Amino acid sequence: MSKAYETVIGLEVHVELATRTKIFCGCSTAFGGAPNTHTCPVCTGMPGSLPVLNKAVVEKAMAVGLATNCNITRNCKFDRKNYFYPDNPQNYQISQLYYPICRDGKVEIEVEGKKKFVRIHEIHMEEDAGKLVHDPYTDSSLVDFNRSGVPLIEIVSEPDMRSADEVIAYLEKLRLIIQYLGASDCKLNEGSMRADVNLSVREVGAEEFGTRTETKNLNSFKAIARAIENERERQIDLIESGEKVVQETRRWDDTKEYSYPMRSKEDAQDYRYFPDPDLVPIHISDEWIEEIRSKQPEFRDEKRARYREEYQIPDYDIDIITNSKKLADIFEDTIALGAAPKKVSNWLMVETMRLLKENVMDPEDIKFTAKNLAKLIKLVDARTINGNVAKEVFEHVFAEDIDPEAYVKEHGLATVNDEGALKTACEAAIAGNSKAVEDYKGGKEKALGALVGQVMKAMKGKADPGSVNQMLRELLK
Amino acid sequence: MDLMSLTAVTLGKKIKAGEVSVAEAAKACMDSIERYDSEYNCFVTVADREGVMKQAEEIQKKIDNGELTGPLAGVPVAIKDNMCLNGMLTTCSSKILSNFVPTYTSEAVEKLIEAGMVIVGKTNMDEFAMGSTTETSYYGETKNPWDKNKVPGGSSGGSAAAVAAEEVVCALGSDTGGSIRQPASFCGVTGIKPTYGRVSRYGLIAYGSSLDQIGPLAKDVTDCAALLEIISQYDKKDSTSVNRDDNDFTGALVDDVKGLKIGLPRDYFSEGLDPDIKDAVYAAAKKLEEKGAIVEEFDLGMVEYTIPTYYIIAAAEASSNLERFDGVKYGYRTDSYTDLHNMYKKSRSEGFGPEVKRRIMLGSFVLSSGYYDAYYVKALKAKALIKRAYDKAFEKYDIILGPVAPTTALKMGESLSDPIKMYLGDVYTVPVNLAGLPGISLPCGYDRDGMPIGLQMVSDAFNEKTIIRAAYAYEQTREYKRPADVAERGQN
Repeated sequence: MSKAYETVIGLEVHVELATRTKIFCGCSTAFGGAPNTHTCPVCTGMPGSLPVLNKAVVEKAMAVGLATNCNITRNCKFDRKNYFYPDNPQNYQISQLYYPICRDGKVEIEVEGKKKFVRIHEIHMEEDAGKLVHDPYTDSSLVDFNRSGVPLIEIVSEPDMRSADEVIAYLEKLRLIIQYLGASDCKLNEGSMRADVNLSVREVGAEEFGTRTETKNLNSFKAIARAIENERERQIDLIESGEKVVQETRRWDDTKEYSYPMRSKEDAQDYRYFPDPDLVPIHISDEWIEEIRSKQPEFRDEKRARYREEYQIPDYDIDIITNSKKLADIFEDTIALGAAPKKVSNWLMVETMRLLKENVMDPEDIKFTAKNLAKLIKLVDARTINGNVAKEVFEHVFAEDIDPEAYVKEHGLATVNDEGALKTACEAAIAGNSKAVEDYKGGKEKALGALVGQVMKAMKGKADPGSVNQMLRELLK
Repeated sequence: MDLMSLTAVTLGKKIKAGEVSVAEAAKACMDSIERYDSEYNCFVTVADREGVMKQAEEIQKKIDNGELTGPLAGVPVAIKDNMCLNGMLTTCSSKILSNFVPTYTSEAVEKLIEAGMVIVGKTNMDEFAMGSTTETSYYGETKNPWDKNKVPGGSSGGSAAAVAAEEVVCALGSDTGGSIRQPASFCGVTGIKPTYGRVSRYGLIAYGSSLDQIGPLAKDVTDCAALLEIISQYDKKDSTSVNRDDNDFTGALVDDVKGLKIGLPRDYFSEGLDPDIKDAVYAAAKKLEEKGAIVEEFDLGMVEYTIPTYYIIAAAEASSNLERFDGVKYGYRTDSYTDLHNMYKKSRSEGFGPEVKRRIMLGSFVLSSGYYDAYYVKALKAKALIKRAYDKAFEKYDIILGPVAPTTALKMGESLSDPIKMYLGDVYTVPVNLAGLPGISLPCGYDRDGMPIGLQMVSDAFNEKTIIRAAYAYEQTREYKRPADVAERGQN
């Protein structure tokens, strides 16, 4: 007879901050670049080099902390985490253990209509490591320090989540907050957001937590959900069969859908943390906090309310658009250029979503600008192009952010407004489709559609369907 | 004229006046190193003569056209081998850095270059500045010019001995627990350990980051003040660098101590202090009193805690600072290894000497889980109390006067066999580093064997000018004395 179990989950979320330069030197954080080209004596751990803190990192960490209702530590410090690994050039990582920048926060999540808070234990700043590249030809490993020193924050939650759905809701919430802040693009698949899952199970009603494991290498929301389900079952099986859960770190293999132990608590390293003497404590004043607070953007919940009020678009549209900072920005910017909210929302909800799906892209990957979407809408409003042509032009706007006006002109896509040509085409359609003409005259409204189609074809799609309709009706009177 | 017997400032004046060319000065220095360094082993690396002469020529041009006007323009200088110099081997006197050539220059050395000084080489030191004798160097010990059977002190023993042996007229050292002041004392020269934060540490290969400071070693206070003025500048590359506008130290070279309040800590004159040193320091205090200073004895306190506190903090920081020497990116790598960890282990075991290993182990121990609070955190508290003891003293006194070391230079090999004894020799110098204060060491006499005795003056943070003034005033009461071997050179 199996008992009822409750899953207890806490998350450690690493987020790469979108600063222009690294956390302790002036090197670029840009992706790509030949190995070891975004490096200097500091981020390669050369003897005698010293770290100097990038203020932008502190400000972004503070912004995330304020947005997640944390207390900001007024005198925070950096500590050294000592461990040997070739991707870690100093063999210590500069991180925060004793005085992290943010503490005691919370965010509200909603799952199936039920709201709850997930508490945040702390947020600390640290530096990323380099990358090891194995060369199979020489059977040697090479180190690329381009990522070494890229700023990270680690957001550590309390063990407040009870299901994979809650975990996803929490991560989505963090992602949105951080994207809205412009603090990071938060892409799990590219590693700019990484989540480690701490999970234990206990009998329903039990007060003590069970022994927890930490699962790493989770690169998508789906992987996280699968890993949680898998680990929950693994732990319950162990308990049911009278065995003990071992406190350990496990690595998730998403293709094989199982996890395996990386290291147990027994061989856990002693990191010998101590305050980094090369960096001075960071004094954060009330004024500085207020300055950051005053610069906080409008977050999703506020945006939703305002859209409802200002733009009168459906709640469904609002949810989709505000679910991405990028979409919301394009939406607002296009409206600011004079387009009607409902029309902008239609372009985003229908064509944009379709193309994103076809190209397997996130809204954050959108390259087109509000300027060109606004121009396209203007062309349609002015009846310069018809709906079908507009869709075709939009595909180019989406792919290459082309200027629709220039594109229409260049490719001769403008609607033909030549009355004579239109009349000739209509007359030809009437002459060649006696069946449809008869049906229409016999009262079948729908039969007109076939005639319109013929005219559009003859006009190579460049006629305005409304004008065609009107012309045909007049000729058939 | 033997140019190397001049002080740096005198040589600088002669260069400025056109009496001596930069090339002549550089040549004299290179000749002296070439001729005498085999006797003392002050240098790990001597700069290439051709390069030095070329530099001298360029500097001469800049002096002639008025671009370089500083008091030490054209003067040759040596730097301790823990300061990076672009293109020159920088070893920290360790096997593990035996092939390390940096691509950047430490900020303090950059300032020397900007001032038109000619870098003639890198001086020997205790490996990674860990030691008080310069015997832990992978490149052999440096000998004391006053007695070649004795140590020059350390860790800046190469710099101090090079000045005493007149291979150079001045040098830079670094001081983490006395590494400028103690060798200055043992070699009969003058050295200043500046306030923590006064001189940039950028490019100085760290030993104890919260304690390390670069400072000058030279024949007299005037030279030290001039050098310190050059290297003291705010540097945004060092977060612990402090932005000050009171770096005009040569202005403090005034022979006037009237009304200056000097405290002699009674705790420094108890057991373990050589009686000759005690007498010399008291005599110096008397001289200052005769010049109008007010001298009093007082109890400083905390003395018994300074050695353990220092060795916990310095070793803890060192254990982490020295992790980067792993055979992966630069420096020595073992010849054969089976895997990554074996490579780390063998490279480090073969690359570090015994004293460095001892401090890495000590430091790793005090930071390890379960001992961190009992040792490291407690040491930080003791450090704060030591600072407080000084703060209290400086409410009453402008200067604290005392010995630099409990003994004069020891015989070679004597302290290596007994590390605790060597550690205890740092008792008067380490609290100054723990409190981040400036200190000067200058000659004040000779012991029964004729070995030099050093006098230490310490002031409150950023009050270097006070000790420079007092030291200068005291210096006026005596003559600079050269080691016998050096003084006899001209005669054969």
